[in-house]
Amino acid sequence: MSGIKLSYRVDGDNFSSAGEASEQVKMRLKQLGVDSSIIRRVAIAMYEAEINMVIHAKGGMAYVEVEPDRIVLSLQDEGPGIADIELAMKEGYSTAPDTIRALGFGAGMGLPNMKKYTDEMKITSEVGKGTTVDMIIYLSAK
Amino acid sequence: MQIKQIMEYLNAEVVCGEANLETEVHSAFGADMMSDVLAFVKDQSVLLTGLTNPQVIRTAEMVDMKCIVFVRGKQPDHTMIDLAIKKGIVLLKTTLRMYPACGILYMNGLEAGGTV
Ligand SMILES: Nc1ncnc2c1ncn2[C@@H]1O[C@H](COP(=O)(O)OP(=O)(O)OP(=O)(O)O)[C@@H](O)[C@H]1O
Ligand SMILES: [Mg+2]
Repeated sequence: MSGIKLSYRVDGDNFSSAGEASEQVKMRLKQLGVDSSIIRRVAIAMYEAEINMVIHAKGGMAYVEVEPDRIVLSLQDEGPGIADIELAMKEGYSTAPDTIRALGFGAGMGLPNMKKYTDEMKITSEVGKGTTVDMIIYLSAK
Repeated sequence: MQIKQIMEYLNAEVVCGEANLETEVHSAFGADMMSDVLAFVKDQSVLLTGLTNPQVIRTAEMVDMKCIVFVRGKQPDHTMIDLAIKKGIVLLKTTLRMYPACGILYMNGLEAGGTV
């Protein structure tokens, strides 16, 4: 398998379409014959990050690279940024309003979940400028 | 059990996915928070929920659910039904509330399944 690069624009104004990029990545990985447990980890981590971009940052870009030994995800937005990343990573910490909670999100589980499902995760963020979440999942067993 | 048995136990109607009613399922998860589904589902293939928006279908698809049961008489809309058909997920609806719906299935052998 040689390197494959995919990129998707994530629409921040449309909650209904959130997750489309992750869905397409999931399909591509299936076509490529990637192990189903790996696909699931990639899909969940990317979906959480995609939803975060939609509910917290008005959308952004998602980049996926499928390399022979790993899958690299980068989700980049120009939203409000995260002031305290350590706090944001805590299970249960959420700034989501009740309107988002009524839609089934905003439990403060997304970032910890992304960390759990990936082998490496790094958040880079500047208040007022935006947030980038980089994640790596190795294709050999964890 | 097969999905069609879930229909009988819960007196549920099929919304879509008639062709897959004989699919075997072994465990289920009940939640109105999709955050919890993403965080805790391991191998469960049935989701019981009272929430109706397209992200319910997407969340279910991300964790490889085969069937979603809408409780409290909730009716999924067209966007949700189209998505579910595309993903091959069976949608059922029952007028039962969450607790009895889960309880009845649990008593009849549908397990809680593992946690991550
Ligand atoms: N892309 C982002 N831009 C700005 N803030 C973010 C972004 N991603 C996360 N955050 C902040 O970090 C907090 C925690 O994120 P996390 O994904 O863990 O929880 P949540 O999105 O609030 O709820 P859940 O993921 O359970 O639906 C968010 O409430 C938000 O304040
Ligand atoms: Mg989140």
